[in-house]
Amino acid sequence: MKAMQKSLMTAAVVAATALSGAAQAEGISDDKVKIGVLADMGGVYADICGPGCVTAVEMAVEDFGGSVLGKPIEVISADDQLKPDVGSAKVRQWIESEQVDTVAGLVSSAVVGAATKVLTDNKKIALISTAASNAFTTSSCSPYNVHWTYNVTAVANGTVKPMVQAGKKKWFFITADYAFGHALEKVATDVVEQNQGEVVGAVRAPLGTTDFSSYVLQAQASGADVVALANAGADTVNSLKTAAEFGLTQTADVAGLLVFTPNAQAMDPSTAGGMTLTTGFYWDYDDATRAWSARFKERHGAIPAMGHAGAYSMTMHYLKAVEAAGTDDSDAVMAKMKEMKPDDFFARNATLRADGRMVHDMYTVKIKNPDERRDGDDIFKVVDVLAGDQVYEPMLPECNFAKS
Amino acid sequence: MATFLGINLFGLFGQLLVGLINGSFYALLSLGLAIIFGLLKIINFAQGAMYMLGAFGAWLALNHLGINYWAALVLVPLAVGAIGILLERVLVRPIAHEDHLYSLLLTFGIALMLQGLFTHLFGSSGMPYAIPDELKGGTRLPFMYLPDYRAWIIVASAVVCGGTWWMIEKTRLGAYLRAGTENPQLMQAFGINVPLMVTLTFGFGVALAGFAGVMAAPVYSVSPEMGSNLLIVVFAIVVIGGMGSIGGAILTGLGMGIVEGLTKYFYPEASTTVIFLVMVIVLLLKPAGLFGKEA
Amino acid sequence: MNDKKLYLALFILALAAPAVLYPVFLMKVLCFALFACAFNLLLGFAGLLSFGHAAFLGTGGYVTGYLMINAGLTPELGILAGTLAAGLLGAVYGKLAVRREGIYFAMVTLALAQLAFFFYLQAPFTGGEDGLQGVPRGELFGFIDLSNNLAMYYFVLAIFVFGFWLIRRTVHSPFGQVLKAIRENEPRAISLGYNVNDYKWLAFVISSALAGLAGSTKTLVFQLASLNDVHWHLSGEVVLMTLVGGMGTLLGPLVGAGAIVTIQNYLSGGELGNYIHIILGAIFVVCVLAFRSGIVGQFQKMLKQNF
Repeated sequence: MKAMQKSLMTAAVVAATALSGAAQAEGISDDKVKIGVLADMGGVYADICGPGCVTAVEMAVEDFGGSVLGKPIEVISADDQLKPDVGSAKVRQWIESEQVDTVAGLVSSAVVGAATKVLTDNKKIALISTAASNAFTTSSCSPYNVHWTYNVTAVANGTVKPMVQAGKKKWFFITADYAFGHALEKVATDVVEQNQGEVVGAVRAPLGTTDFSSYVLQAQASGADVVALANAGADTVNSLKTAAEFGLTQTADVAGLLVFTPNAQAMDPSTAGGMTLTTGFYWDYDDATRAWSARFKERHGAIPAMGHAGAYSMTMHYLKAVEAAGTDDSDAVMAKMKEMKPDDFFARNATLRADGRMVHDMYTVKIKNPDERRDGDDIFKVVDVLAGDQVYEPMLPECNFAKS
Repeated sequence: MATFLGINLFGLFGQLLVGLINGSFYALLSLGLAIIFGLLKIINFAQGAMYMLGAFGAWLALNHLGINYWAALVLVPLAVGAIGILLERVLVRPIAHEDHLYSLLLTFGIALMLQGLFTHLFGSSGMPYAIPDELKGGTRLPFMYLPDYRAWIIVASAVVCGGTWWMIEKTRLGAYLRAGTENPQLMQAFGINVPLMVTLTFGFGVALAGFAGVMAAPVYSVSPEMGSNLLIVVFAIVVIGGMGSIGGAILTGLGMGIVEGLTKYFYPEASTTVIFLVMVIVLLLKPAGLFGKEA
Repeated sequence: MNDKKLYLALFILALAAPAVLYPVFLMKVLCFALFACAFNLLLGFAGLLSFGHAAFLGTGGYVTGYLMINAGLTPELGILAGTLAAGLLGAVYGKLAVRREGIYFAMVTLALAQLAFFFYLQAPFTGGEDGLQGVPRGELFGFIDLSNNLAMYYFVLAIFVFGFWLIRRTVHSPFGQVLKAIRENEPRAISLGYNVNDYKWLAFVISSALAGLAGSTKTLVFQLASLNDVHWHLSGEVVLMTLVGGMGTLLGPLVGAGAIVTIQNYLSGGELGNYIHIILGAIFVVCVLAFRSGIVGQFQKMLKQNF
């Protein structure tokens, strides 16, 4: 009886302090840390950050011990259907009626743009793993955005710069005709021109184009040294297949600017073999990546793409920051996240900058030829490690949230 | 290089040839849809999914059964056709006498299910499929490099489209088929098994999509979405050609391939839209399509 | 009379709903319900299958969103502008489309909607696939703050009730009777001296304006307009909603939209997202095979049999 009275008393005190605004910054709100994973569960990006991202976040929570500061960590997930309205509505619902503390995953740039607006309005942290756009830490930067795995600048710099510097001066772009493709083309064009290269032509192919032979012919006629594919997913696979078929790969280099491991696996090794690209993670890099990837594959059924590993790494970093801050209050956690150096099998030589950009080592890899492959998972050969500050754009002064 | 009005003629020839190749591919795809609509009055929105099944069938056959491309070219369409026959018997037949709208919605539902199922089973990224050794390489023409496989697409499409057209329009079997769909009671009275004929025709139309799928596997990404991207274009081709006209679908397929190819050259952004512009114009000027009979 | 009681009961239910259900979800249902009701005016009451209705929803959304962001319009004016724009587009598209019948009508509307899609994809003001983001909800009549979900909900409910009332009036008016006559027997309507195409055209314009109203409202609710709103998938989805609910019934589209949005919402939460296409496809198949008259239609049939 006494014990019960006592616990009732403490409960009342806890409730009272929770209600008073000043105390909200301390401790864990709603007695749990809740992470929402928003990803593409059944659409075209499902393989690069869908159910796999949920698995990765769950693994991070389990590895962390399932609880932080004595409170349980809960993971919920939802399908954004690649629609900005669906995604942002889901995030709003999570915040307003399900006490979600942070949203992780975040794939398609259009959805992420809408979702981060809602998160920032509500002062909740966005843990962006797989979106490509660099806007989240530049033109639409926010003190609540964390962009982890890669962005268009890093992959463009990583792939384009060494090629231009090696004397491949004339570039031709086959670009997916939507905002992501345009952004990728623009960043890559800047890199080409800064290094005294020249863009000799570009075509904008509608998203979901099946046949690229017309564009490949135009690329061939341009006399370019390098034909860059500023597209993603099936578009990359289709355009590369066609480039190889029409003999373009014999007269020019073809550079896929954004290729995820599942895309590389969808390409016939005899056509894709030898292509150079930049990635934020490769499962077979060293023992640490292999160990984690083996665990991931056991649960997910396929090797991790970079977004999966990033989702794990950023969730871990978030939870460590919650522990260090002693609260799940977004501002305090964010300050800790930026103060602590991310360091795990994924984040090497890494810092989380004041603008929310996680800068870490990136990898230049070559797609292996058929005779170099042990099995279906053996797709890349890491040829170079690129220091993060060499490939990511410098922080913009207006996005430096450390000052204010 | 030869130029005319500032346009690189060699480049243009290349684009025209590529357009012709795509056109013959479109013709192949439209053919099945046109047969199913023209003879059975069923709008088969699952045709894109059947095409996807054909491509995945080729992949499965190669990787799990060791069946090579050439054998797949024969066996996979048969398998896809069998699936089509099953669908017709179980799902489509019960609503055959209803409004066209229902067959459209039903087959759209089937397409969604198949696409979802394959995404679930094989992921969204797709599968690799190599060009068969016999067709690797190509020929250097004065104005472009023609891969052997693309030349093969023209040949295969011409044979299959021509053969099908001949069979339906010129043979006794085709005459029965056309008569049986015009006036089923009468043909039934003549002792012809019309329901069986309907089922087989549906199966044949679907098998054509499966054939196109196998043809596509080496050159396009083999993924669950591959059919839905193409379906609406192919459907537009059938409408422009005149629903029900087999020859119309073939010719329009070729024509649209060329129109699309030229758009890709002069205004690539509009290349997937141009076909709808053509469709609006054609339907407003010729209500039944280019080769359709006015009702 | 019975009808009126039913409507009153539904209205009271709608007033109380936000106490139990999440308001944004309810608003989504209402927006799609209005969209489906507008679509059903054409399909159910005039027998015209438009396969491009997303063009009007999207136009309403983009125009409202653009004007709210850039011209600082109040919400009611923004919505009005969006609705008018969609009605205007409907007037042009309708003029072209009503000249064709049956499947060809569907194809013309589809093709025209694809042209609209292309325009919104290319036009710089729409923000491409990112869409128009951060549309302010604004203050209704200058003093009701709509950023409050509850205030927004009752505003959306009022819009829906207005739209529904307008459709009901249209259906029961002499004009609506002529539409039904055209649907049942077009040659007969012609021989009676009706200018059939004018009637169809007017129905098309009303339907597209109301679809635009739904789109404008949706843009305010979600504070964004995107390419999904003009995509042909959405044109297909609205067919599904109407079919599930019961085409040609007044309440069918409402029920259908409610059912489909609920299913999508349920499936999008969690691992079931994997199966969303399979389940939606199965609903299509089952509806066509077994419930062609839809939920409401089936219900009405049962009532008729039992009484």
